[in-house]
Amino acid sequence: MDSRAVVLKKIRAAKGGASSEAAAGAAWAAIPRRFTQAATREHGAVLELLMDRLLDYDAQVSLVQPEAVRATVAGMLTARGVLRMVVPVGLPDAILPQGFEFVVDAGFSNAELDGFDGVLTMAKVAIAETGTVVLQNTAGQGRRAATLVPDYHLCVVRAADVVETVPEAMARLEGTAALATTFVSGPSATADIEMTRIKGVHGPRFLDVVLVAGGEEA
Amino acid sequence: MSGVALDPRTAVAFPMAARAAMGDTQLQKNVRHATDVIQAKRARVVGEMPDWQELRETGKQIRQHTMEHLDVYLEEFERNCTKAGGVVHWAQDAAEARQIIVGLAKAAGADEVIKIKSMTTEEIGLNAALEAAGIHPFETDLAELIIQLGQDQPSHIVVPALHKNRQQIRAIFQREMNLPDLGETPQDLADAARMFLREKFLRVKTGVSGANFLIAETGGVCVVESEGNGRMCLTLPETLITVAGIDKVVPRFQDLEVLLQLLPRSATGERMNPYNSIWTGVDARDGPKAFHVVLLDNGRSEILGDTEGRATLNCIRCGACQNACPVYRQTGGHAYGSVYAGPIGAILTPQLMQMEHAQSLPYASSLCGACYEVCPVKINIPEVLIHLRNKVVEQNGPMNPEALAMRAMGMIFRSERRFRAAQRLGRVAEMPLVRKDGLGEGWIGWLPGLLGGWTQVRDLQAMPKETFREWWEKRNG
Repeated sequence: MDSRAVVLKKIRAAKGGASSEAAAGAAWAAIPRRFTQAATREHGAVLELLMDRLLDYDAQVSLVQPEAVRATVAGMLTARGVLRMVVPVGLPDAILPQGFEFVVDAGFSNAELDGFDGVLTMAKVAIAETGTVVLQNTAGQGRRAATLVPDYHLCVVRAADVVETVPEAMARLEGTAALATTFVSGPSATADIEMTRIKGVHGPRFLDVVLVAGGEEA
Repeated sequence: MSGVALDPRTAVAFPMAARAAMGDTQLQKNVRHATDVIQAKRARVVGEMPDWQELRETGKQIRQHTMEHLDVYLEEFERNCTKAGGVVHWAQDAAEARQIIVGLAKAAGADEVIKIKSMTTEEIGLNAALEAAGIHPFETDLAELIIQLGQDQPSHIVVPALHKNRQQIRAIFQREMNLPDLGETPQDLADAARMFLREKFLRVKTGVSGANFLIAETGGVCVVESEGNGRMCLTLPETLITVAGIDKVVPRFQDLEVLLQLLPRSATGERMNPYNSIWTGVDARDGPKAFHVVLLDNGRSEILGDTEGRATLNCIRCGACQNACPVYRQTGGHAYGSVYAGPIGAILTPQLMQMEHAQSLPYASSLCGACYEVCPVKINIPEVLIHLRNKVVEQNGPMNPEALAMRAMGMIFRSERRFRAAQRLGRVAEMPLVRKDGLGEGWIGWLPGLLGGWTQVRDLQAMPKETFREWWEKRNG
């Protein structure tokens, strides 16, 4: 008997018999979920909460009208002193300002990615309560390596993609659950040395967010 | 690699190890500071959640439900992971898991691997096995790096190096990274680690990780971390090998809505940890080209068979019970002689060892219940501790000294005549041991033989010259 069979046999013996998918499915559906699932705030207050939580983790964050995105992106890049940015395939040109070098990720090697000053992406969804942006491997969000190796990450988030709670976010991710997914809550950090929070160990050391107002009803 | 892996089979029994740890005031200071800070942060972010108790209840029910249908969910995970291009392996014990992982690393042509912090790889002693096969593992979590370079052992599930302060860490980095001018602020130390590891992240082609959750519904794997070292190991290598206990599976993707709220707040006192990665098999355009999952039993199916001990498997390894435990806070983690320290270690380790080793651990607790209070999935650790104490006594058989002593006591207490005789005998027997204090009260500071355990940590007041019954009878007579 191979190890797979042995382990499964031991599990079934320990439980006093095999389970069926139907029984498991029915029992799962009956698990009570009495915690908060839906938003408890107006959408404007949800955006404020997200900004507050991002600032708490030292991200710079601006809420702007769609026509001001380009200028805001330019301002943030200038403030961070970055020039050469990698961008994923499918990022809308409308958000890219003049005066910087934006290079579309053509499957760069790890070392090539290391040569960029930063990365600019969109997000699939953002969670206000926890100050989180969620990226998936899709147009405008790109490969995981591209948002990992460069030292700076600027993320443009549509207000319509901002939810208040973790359950709301999981529901929005459900349909694309099999895509490579990364939750980012502030810049890389550690508290391993005397519990002192230090920013920027291995991922991007700086994270900024531009929130684009409008389209909430979309 | 850890200096010498913590192994319950060879470790010193808890009371002996704890006594040594109690003498190390620097260690106690470091542990107390770290646990105080995490507990305060945890209390603050848990206090923000009006629905915390409801989340705990659902968390508990999801975990219980998973264990009741573990066979179904493991097979579902295997099917979906395989469909997505992953390769699933099953290991009955630590030796088989080591053999599989070393074999996979060799097949990938690796002479080095980068590793994410994983208590499961510590549990199976993976690093030593890799070294023995000529493959050097680089730990990439800052705390694990400190431990590896310091030839030390982890002392906490979440913050394995909390027993070291910055001066101690600086000394290790100066020596091992050859940085004589290294500063001593935490930022200097983290920067040194970043420099030291970046080159390895970009170069090494094989990664090894544990897993926080295996998602049956999608075949996906979830790893929760802070530093980004996890993302580096999961994303940049060509081959990724993940080892996970069979208890790590969750039924549906949706279940993360609960677990991703409970875990970070309980573990590090954050609303969400900086990075969560979820990946499903392989994606030609993103991440490793080869992906393996090793499902590890190593005693877990035995725990499943013990209805009273089974709740141990619900653990999501947040470490909150360690921070809350007055015993852990005094002794630190190494005294537990296992990679799993604190209250969860006191119930997990003896069971993983099928109660053959670590028999003193179920007693390494004051049963104060603080661990139960903070557990995000409501594991009643004190109840399991008592259950395991019972098992220890049973396992030691009817002829062990403790059982014999209890039977003798029972015989004495059942008869008034024998009880009175014992009292008289006791007064005579204690005489050479009694010392008078300044107030003329008699105290015993040392008892011989088996009874000595009682006086190890306390003095005993001498028996009164006459008992209440004797006094009463004299008064009426």
